Amino acid sequence: MSKTLFDKVWDSHVVKHIENGPDVLFIDRHLVHEVTSPVAFLGLKNRGIKVLYPERTFATADHNTPTRNQHLPVKDPLSANQLKALEENANAHNIPYWGLGHKKNGIVHVIGPENGITVPGATIVCGDSHTSTHGAFGAIAFGIGTSEVEMVLSTQCIMQPKPKSLRINVNGELSEAVTPKDVALFIISKLSTSGATGYFAEYAGDVFKNMSMEGRMTVCNLSIEMGARGGMIAPDETTFEYIKGREYTPKGKDWDAAMEYWSTLYSDDDAEFDKEVTFDASEIEPMITFGTNPGMGIGISKDIPLAETIDGSPATYKKSLEYMDYSEGEAMVGKPIDFVFLGSCTNGRIEDFRAFASIIKGRKKADNVTAWLVPGSHKVEAAIREEGILDILTEAGFELREPGCSACLAMNDDKIPAGKYAVSTSNRNFEGRQGPGARTLLASPLVAAAAAVTGKVTDPRELMQEEVLA
Amino acid sequence: MAYDKFNILTSSAVPLPIENVDTDQIIPARFLKATERKGFGDNLFRDWRYNSDDTPKEQFVLNNPIYSGKILVGGKNFGSGSSREHAAWAVYDYGFRCVVSSFFADIFRGNCLNIGVLPVQVSPEFLDKIFKAIEADPKTELEINLPEQKITILATGESESFDINDYKKGNMLNGFDDIDYLLNIQKDIEKYAESTPL
Repeated sequence: MSKTLFDKVWDSHVVKHIENGPDVLFIDRHLVHEVTSPVAFLGLKNRGIKVLYPERTFATADHNTPTRNQHLPVKDPLSANQLKALEENANAHNIPYWGLGHKKNGIVHVIGPENGITVPGATIVCGDSHTSTHGAFGAIAFGIGTSEVEMVLSTQCIMQPKPKSLRINVNGELSEAVTPKDVALFIISKLSTSGATGYFAEYAGDVFKNMSMEGRMTVCNLSIEMGARGGMIAPDETTFEYIKGREYTPKGKDWDAAMEYWSTLYSDDDAEFDKEVTFDASEIEPMITFGTNPGMGIGISKDIPLAETIDGSPATYKKSLEYMDYSEGEAMVGKPIDFVFLGSCTNGRIEDFRAFASIIKGRKKADNVTAWLVPGSHKVEAAIREEGILDILTEAGFELREPGCSACLAMNDDKIPAGKYAVSTSNRNFEGRQGPGARTLLASPLVAAAAAVTGKVTDPRELMQEEVLA
Repeated sequence: MAYDKFNILTSSAVPLPIENVDTDQIIPARFLKATERKGFGDNLFRDWRYNSDDTPKEQFVLNNPIYSGKILVGGKNFGSGSSREHAAWAVYDYGFRCVVSSFFADIFRGNCLNIGVLPVQVSPEFLDKIFKAIEADPKTELEINLPEQKITILATGESESFDINDYKKGNMLNGFDDIDYLLNIQKDIEKYAESTPL
């Protein structure tokens, strides 16, 4: 029988199927961080059991860590306590722990791929909804709750009903300044934040075939924002090239055996999907959000839609615009901004910093803008230095911080103040997400860079045009 | 850890007729720093419920004494966003045992089921009837009958059936959790693990 990519990976990991119930799914790799794990470890302690497969488990500190002075003790006592709990739990259960200051430390979804923990055909979970990132490699990867973290620690399995399948095709060529982030925000704006709930997505078509691994990670990362549990892309030469030689990827004969399996990971020609949508790449322009969920995005040259033209409750829509202090029909270009955040598991990788620097180069940070540039990991930070990007940033008046989730969810001190506007390369523009009362405009690193140098929402194509003319 | 058994719940309900209520609203990230599961109810809907100086926002439904009960009724796409189980813990810790909506985000729904809060998905029309019934009488009661998978507005007798898979239904009725089940099939799991390389 013909199968989808998702079917192939899912079905091969089912330990047991429960009639009119969930599947017992084996988890190959489990990523653990400080915020969603302590209660799970407490559960193991109460049951008197140990982690079943510590060698399949990896722990890092990222969510509530400071992005300055990481060599000093963490000041916030609650954060410090949570970090200490993770370290103690990891040590007690022989789990590799990459804490603050460790050279492999960073955002969990950045360091997984970076170190070769993420491989095609694997099942990967983490107590974080952006675990969908790892689907870029043709893995089934999704976020879980703390009860499920406890399940995986204790039995290496979770119990999930098999989701329905959705294929998202984007064909054709992307226009200038349109990045993977824009592709994802465009898809979410079309499907809404609940349009893919109950589904697991596969991204297919020219645009994803031609996309780099880091771009694919950005797209898969945002799968959860349209409600999908995860999204995946069939592994190909780009994938194999990226993972080869990384610390945890198979070597020698094991690599050959793995390649044999990985080369079977694609949706069969006649495989059927429960739902399929297709978009044309030429329809997509650089995107920006104007509201309080990631589905409220528009092409940067467009105006904020009128309430009467949108799906869903007008009252909810108006509440959202009220929070943003925006009005229907206004243009986004030219709106003043206060903060720029470059970073997160969505856009905290080296290609994102390269894109940001391409606009910044030769320009200066606008005086009214506070910019927080936070690499996704120490390895990303090292590359920023090695490639000379740090010099470009410094010359333009920017400062680089230390790795972590930072202002994406504002658990640490990196909080956008109430009422202020932030152009952010992160993944959520929910009310208060970046700090109580903060207003978030989600966008790509190019759009963030254009805002950082002009102090207002700016179409990056204008600045790129200036460069050509110069 | 076993949780409360759920059979038939009859209670008044608290209405929250807003769509896309995300888990950052249910519990903001800055309240996720605990290492134990307690006290999350105090910060349920924190930024909708309190001003920045911690005084209550009077217009918010949880601060309006005419509304109470063990059932929370929310608009479409309830619980979207982050996977934080803390959101479900906050709902539970505040005193809710059931959340009714016309659509739930996947992870939030799963988290609720895993801690003994019953997510009940109804049609948009029935959700509207519930909101109207509560508007007419804030003390109006809903009956959530898990064995029969039926939700009823007692004042009008209008009812609708809801879905839940047999396995999870059994867990909710008996207060069992998944780990008990998984630990019982550990031999099967170990056998599977031997056949799969790291």
